[in-house]
Amino acid sequence: MYDNECECEYNHIPFVVKGEVSVALEIKCQCQCAEESDQDKYTRISEIIDEYKDKEGSLIQILHLAQGIYGHIPLELQKFIAQRLEIPLSQISGVVTFYSFFSTQPRGENTIKVCLGTACYVRGGKKILDQLIELLKVQVGDTTADGKFTLEVMRCIGACGLAPAISINDEVYKQVNPDKLQSILKEFGEVKK
Amino acid sequence: MVNLIINNKKISVPEETTILEAAKQNNILIPNLCYLENIHKIGSCRICVVEVEGMRNLQASCMVTVREGMKVYTNSERVKKTRNVLFELMLSDHPKDCLKCERNQKCELQKLGEQIQIKEARFEGQKSQEVMDISSPSIIRDTSKCILCRRCVTVCNEIQGVGALNPQKRGFKTQIGPAMALSLNSVNCAFCGQCTVVCPVGALVEKDATQNVWKALFDKNKRVIVQTAPAIRAALGEEFGYEPGTLVTGKMVSALRQLAFDDVFDTNFTADLTIIEEGNEFLQRVTKALTGEGATLPMITSCSPGWIKFVEHSFPEKLEHLSSCKSPHMMLGALAKSYYAEKLGMNPKDIFVVSIMPCTAKKYEIVRPEMINDGFHNVDAVLTTRELALMIKKAGIDFQALEEDSFDNPLGLSTGAADIFAVTGGVMEAALRTVYEIITGRELPFAKLHITPLVGFEQIKTAEITIKDPKEEFKFLEDFTVKIAVTSGLKGAKYLMDQIVRGESPYHFIEVMGCPGGCISGGGQPRPTTPEIRLKRLQAIYNEDESKAIRKSHENPFVETLYQDYLNEPLGHKSHELLHTHYTKRGKFNELLDE
Ligand code: SF4
Ligand code: SF4
Ligand code: SF4
Ligand code: FES
Repeated sequence: MYDNECECEYNHIPFVVKGEVSVALEIKCQCQCAEESDQDKYTRISEIIDEYKDKEGSLIQILHLAQGIYGHIPLELQKFIAQRLEIPLSQISGVVTFYSFFSTQPRGENTIKVCLGTACYVRGGKKILDQLIELLKVQVGDTTADGKFTLEVMRCIGACGLAPAISINDEVYKQVNPDKLQSILKEFGEVKK
Repeated sequence: MVNLIINNKKISVPEETTILEAAKQNNILIPNLCYLENIHKIGSCRICVVEVEGMRNLQASCMVTVREGMKVYTNSERVKKTRNVLFELMLSDHPKDCLKCERNQKCELQKLGEQIQIKEARFEGQKSQEVMDISSPSIIRDTSKCILCRRCVTVCNEIQGVGALNPQKRGFKTQIGPAMALSLNSVNCAFCGQCTVVCPVGALVEKDATQNVWKALFDKNKRVIVQTAPAIRAALGEEFGYEPGTLVTGKMVSALRQLAFDDVFDTNFTADLTIIEEGNEFLQRVTKALTGEGATLPMITSCSPGWIKFVEHSFPEKLEHLSSCKSPHMMLGALAKSYYAEKLGMNPKDIFVVSIMPCTAKKYEIVRPEMINDGFHNVDAVLTTRELALMIKKAGIDFQALEEDSFDNPLGLSTGAADIFAVTGGVMEAALRTVYEIITGRELPFAKLHITPLVGFEQIKTAEITIKDPKEEFKFLEDFTVKIAVTSGLKGAKYLMDQIVRGESPYHFIEVMGCPGGCISGGGQPRPTTPEIRLKRLQAIYNEDESKAIRKSHENPFVETLYQDYLNEPLGHKSHELLHTHYTKRGKFNELLDE
């Protein structure tokens, strides 16, 4: 009947890969089998590598696109890219760990960024960061064990008048203080003590 | 030529010379740290700053080339101040535990301190994260001492083509190391140790074996046997104030006796033995190939454990090209615990074999599971040339005052062919001195027995030798042209292997040594190894060869005796058990590949 049938044992609802077919788009199977498999992601990444391989300075570009597909760049994916590009793994990891926009761990559902521009810093931004590190039990750049939050820092976002500021998923929260922080986090679900 | 003025001194130097080099040529010393002549120039430390008239900023003299009419000041107040601050900043993130540091008295950072002479260290800053990586059997990384000069990165990536080390992270958190904080033992490091030779400080050093050796020497129940690789005698002297290229064979043997080793044997002896085994293996392969039985060619030498590890990681499908011969010191270890143990009437468990090697990869080689016979490791400890020097010093031996002494038999006598195992091209030449004579009954037709195209430091050297008028049993080799190639350094090895993979290798026999120049500039040799020093060591080795009465391995009388009394014949049953080995397929990322 359909070309693509979900293999889950509950509801065999047709699903769509990469928008090629436009049937029953709305009714997605709850099992999420429809999500692209790792293997498919690797296939796509390897196509990108073939395309960019011989272009100069392509490594960053490839890593960027790979992160777009995979979400992050773990060791295994770095090895895959190293093998395909025939360059040392240590060089790939050197680039991945150099730029803060690459992540080696899966990103959380929500990204919290704490502004550490001068104004925010002097008006308590550092304290907010310390509090977050303690509350979420993560270091800067890492993701909480439950996958809910990724903690990052950023330079001035232009909210100096209302410092200290943080942003969550690109929404800015101004004049944050420890109490306010607790309630903001609650919006995103319970924070474990 | 370019004319310029440095510190009011008029000088003229060739174009494209850097200010640093120009100054040096004119006996003006500009303190520097990260720069390494001919190898590494990235201007990262900025210690070499100078003032150039008309330029606002101070310049890193190792990076800037001279221009006509340039006026340079290497010692102005501004230069001195800047240099001091840079040095003090460096020290603020350095452990400064020189007294218990491996590099004490031989450290370039210390030497720099002597030149710069700061009176106080004003900054006490945050220390970067320390990683002490003791995972590998060969090399220890201590990032707390690293000054981020990146010499090791250049050597590992550009010269060796391995790329186990690269800068990770950024800014204050930068660390030089394998990917994703992996340990050196869990990546494709060849353990060649070339990085330990260029590291200016104690951040990359060999794993200490002296403790174990002292312990064995103090153990009354152990018979401690020592052997020395061919390259040691041409370099050990440098640690005791001799000019590079001074042969110290006799004094070295005396020193080992004073250290109370029970037998002082020579790895050269088993280098001769290697030639008999490997030469016959080559002849066997060629015979099979020509008589239609089929055999894998080119055959590649297997004496260099760094090369072996490299090829296992990078070309796991091509391991059948490797000669099955163990490296000479492993052969000696295996014989010491069998043949010699029987002669002594001793249990091999009471024998402790120490190898003095120019190499850090040999430390790894001895723990390979393939290197065990009857439950005993063939060799129990490997000391680098540098470690031996430390032991001699620690024992209070006045090296220069030592008498000359000679090696013990039956595992100590060697021919000139064994000496040249220490230099690139030497194993090949030694093998052909014997193989050619087996086939034709005549000497190898080269002046002084040296295959001239194989002598020297070019990355890839090749030669062809056509067989004329062979002995009756080798008639099928009439007019056969043996094509050979020699390379040293792993990048050259990769080139020759890629040829094999593409099915385009024209060669029958290839010699590979893992370190550029061969063992004379191995990862365990005295620092520094400059091109001049390397050349002097090479000359010393050829002198040693030419000074020997016997210069062909098959004429070594003790090797003949060994076959008569014990091994019976080359490639025989006993040989296979003791002297030959097999290899392990590893992946690029150090994963074990299935058969
Ligand atoms: S590396 Fe040099 S300066 Fe640093 S502790 Fe060792 S000897 Fe001292
Ligand atoms: S031992 Fe050789 S392969 Fe390993 S890190 Fe050092 S230079 Fe690279
Ligand atoms: S480990 Fe040694 S050679 Fe490598 S960057 Fe650090 S100081 Fe330089
Ligand atoms: S020696 Fe010139 S920058 Fe380091």
